[in-house]
Amino acid sequence: MKRLVRVLGVLGTVLLAAAAWAGSGISDGVIRIGVLNDMSGTYSDLAGPGSVVAAKMAVEDFGGKVLGKPIEILSADHLNKPDVAANKAREWYDKDKVDAIVDLPTSSCALAVLEVAKQKNKITIVSTGASTRITNKNCSPTNVHWTYDTYALAVGTAKAIVAEGGDTWFFLTADYAFGHSLEKDTAEVVKASGGKVVGAVRHPFPSADFSSFLMQAQASKAKIIGLANAGADTTNAIKQAREFGITPNQTLAGLLVFLTDVHSLGLETAQGMQLTTGFYWDYNDETRAWSKRFNERHGRMPTMVQAGVYSSLMHYFKAVEKAGTDEATAVMKAMKAIPVNDMFAKNGWIRDDGRMVHDMYLVQVKSPSESKGEWDYYKVLRVIPGDEAFMPLEKSTCPLVKK
Amino acid sequence: MPARGNGRWLGGGLLLAAGLVAPYVVYPVFAMKVLCFALFACAFNLLLGYTGLLSFGHAAFLGSAGYVTAYTVKSLGFSPGLGLLAGTACAAVLGLVIGWLAIRRSGIYFAMITLGLAQVIYFLSLQLEFTGGEDGIQGVPRGVLFGVLPLDNPLVMYHFVLAVFLFGFWVVYRAIHSPFGQVLKAIRENEPRAVSLGYDVHRYKLLAFVLSATLAGLAGGTKSLVFQLASLTDVHWHTSGEVVLMTLLGGLGTEFGPVVGALLVVTLNNYLAGFGSWVTVITGAIFVVCVLAFRRGIVGEILAFARSRSAPKDP
Repeated sequence: MKRLVRVLGVLGTVLLAAAAWAGSGISDGVIRIGVLNDMSGTYSDLAGPGSVVAAKMAVEDFGGKVLGKPIEILSADHLNKPDVAANKAREWYDKDKVDAIVDLPTSSCALAVLEVAKQKNKITIVSTGASTRITNKNCSPTNVHWTYDTYALAVGTAKAIVAEGGDTWFFLTADYAFGHSLEKDTAEVVKASGGKVVGAVRHPFPSADFSSFLMQAQASKAKIIGLANAGADTTNAIKQAREFGITPNQTLAGLLVFLTDVHSLGLETAQGMQLTTGFYWDYNDETRAWSKRFNERHGRMPTMVQAGVYSSLMHYFKAVEKAGTDEATAVMKAMKAIPVNDMFAKNGWIRDDGRMVHDMYLVQVKSPSESKGEWDYYKVLRVIPGDEAFMPLEKSTCPLVKK
Repeated sequence: MPARGNGRWLGGGLLLAAGLVAPYVVYPVFAMKVLCFALFACAFNLLLGYTGLLSFGHAAFLGSAGYVTAYTVKSLGFSPGLGLLAGTACAAVLGLVIGWLAIRRSGIYFAMITLGLAQVIYFLSLQLEFTGGEDGIQGVPRGVLFGVLPLDNPLVMYHFVLAVFLFGFWVVYRAIHSPFGQVLKAIRENEPRAVSLGYDVHRYKLLAFVLSATLAGLAGGTKSLVFQLASLTDVHWHTSGEVVLMTLLGGLGTEFGPVVGALLVVTLNNYLAGFGSWVTVITGAIFVVCVLAFRRGIVGEILAFARSRSAPKDP
């Protein structure tokens, strides 16, 4: 009997030790990354399959392994429906043992997945989702907001335009929460920089016909027409402004415009517009080299969010290596400790609220005569330092920020 | 007739068995989603399949109940049961208002009125402060049901959802197989004749509409507890379209058809998610095939086949 107890004791110790050992390594022997985004709808062009390509490139560039364990990429379409996104995220974390979910376009989907990840103590890295709620009211200890947010885009563009003399503004605003907050953020910056907001008009979301709204914008005689909307609304407004002959006389300021939007609009229509971006492929040798590889595989130049997916995953792998585990809290600690230095960002760092702070770029869309070839769309007017680009930490309403 | 009765018991038994085994075979949250949509489709079928009214705005009931449940549970601290009740009640009132207006017309006009009013609800959901607009309501706590059942446990939650579904299914079943249901069918087949027989057709239609809206609300409230969120997707007209698809695929005017249809559509959406844009293409192709090849829907065709086999023996 005594012997049996002793044997059992030894066995128990061994099992405990094994469990402890397993706890400090990589769970189930594989690092799994889920790319969850819109593969078929409005955002499939700017994120979609391109983000999966970027994620695969990150795995290859890291050597396919972290701490000697293989890395796997999964991807799924959340159809821009938050319930589909939350369901997929739950399933990935519970059943498929996914360690981190990246990309996450559409604020409502990103916020839904954030809640799931918070409950399950898993990592999320938002690249395409733009809402500032991600790092404010709804911030999570296991999330990083990587590429940009609406605040950074609005502030960068507005400040620069006012400084250049574009001091009277009229807003064309999508009539829902996102549009309102974009308008509010931008209007504050315009006023703080010494400009004046002469008026605003709300258009239904989504809208195909902007004629009456554009007429009001034209009648306001404002130098700048701020487009506080996104996606198809923005591109439609830009096209119609051109047709009404508004654009050469008044300047449009797109507050949420991506490289792929400019690509589909064409330079003839989009020329002269100023906007803020977190990444431009033709910025320096490093970005060009990476983007060329991306273009060879995907057939299009990367948008800022696709480059962001690559950069964020490289950083995640480094953090896992440093932490020696894929456990979320330890990895997040490592992610916040290591500075981000790659082709996407120089000396970027992650704040307590999950915001990755890096330089943004104010760019202007080239005219057809300036452009030297396909995808040669932007000239970089100014580099906006990270501290200036993003909402200051003191203003953050995130409960994780110690004040 | 006894053969059909047996078939019904067989179908019901199979369904119940599948419902009990499901959480151990598939992912529980997925199974719960199927049940929520199955209830939604059953509620819709009561209106389209048995009364002959095509409502194109049923998402309004699903979504608004979801919002009210999510809001009352998250912000007002209601218990999940009470929140669900509040959501369902909201859908019932909404059903009364929309139904009262819509039943004055029939056919395409009825569909357009319901669509229009549902778009008003969509607009309100987008604009009102408490819904969170584009972002929706997230992180709804599941809480403890009746003070004893911890709904955070997936299996407990699943059985709760199953119970809600069975209750809803039972209500629809009772409604169909009652004198009330007979009148509904009479209205579907020939409305003027039902009027000439002395039935107050408007009243029956309104009652069916409110009943359908209430059950759709029950499904919506449950769904918001399952996913712990309420969002614009549920009030969007896409959802109204999806429920039509589910009902048609499964079998219009059959008891189990909507359940099968919901299972099929939700499964397609879920498991084909990895194929990207192919999801919509495949769903569309299936719909076309269904309309061309088996117009009665899956269950409808099976029933018709069984009937055609048993029919020659009878005389």
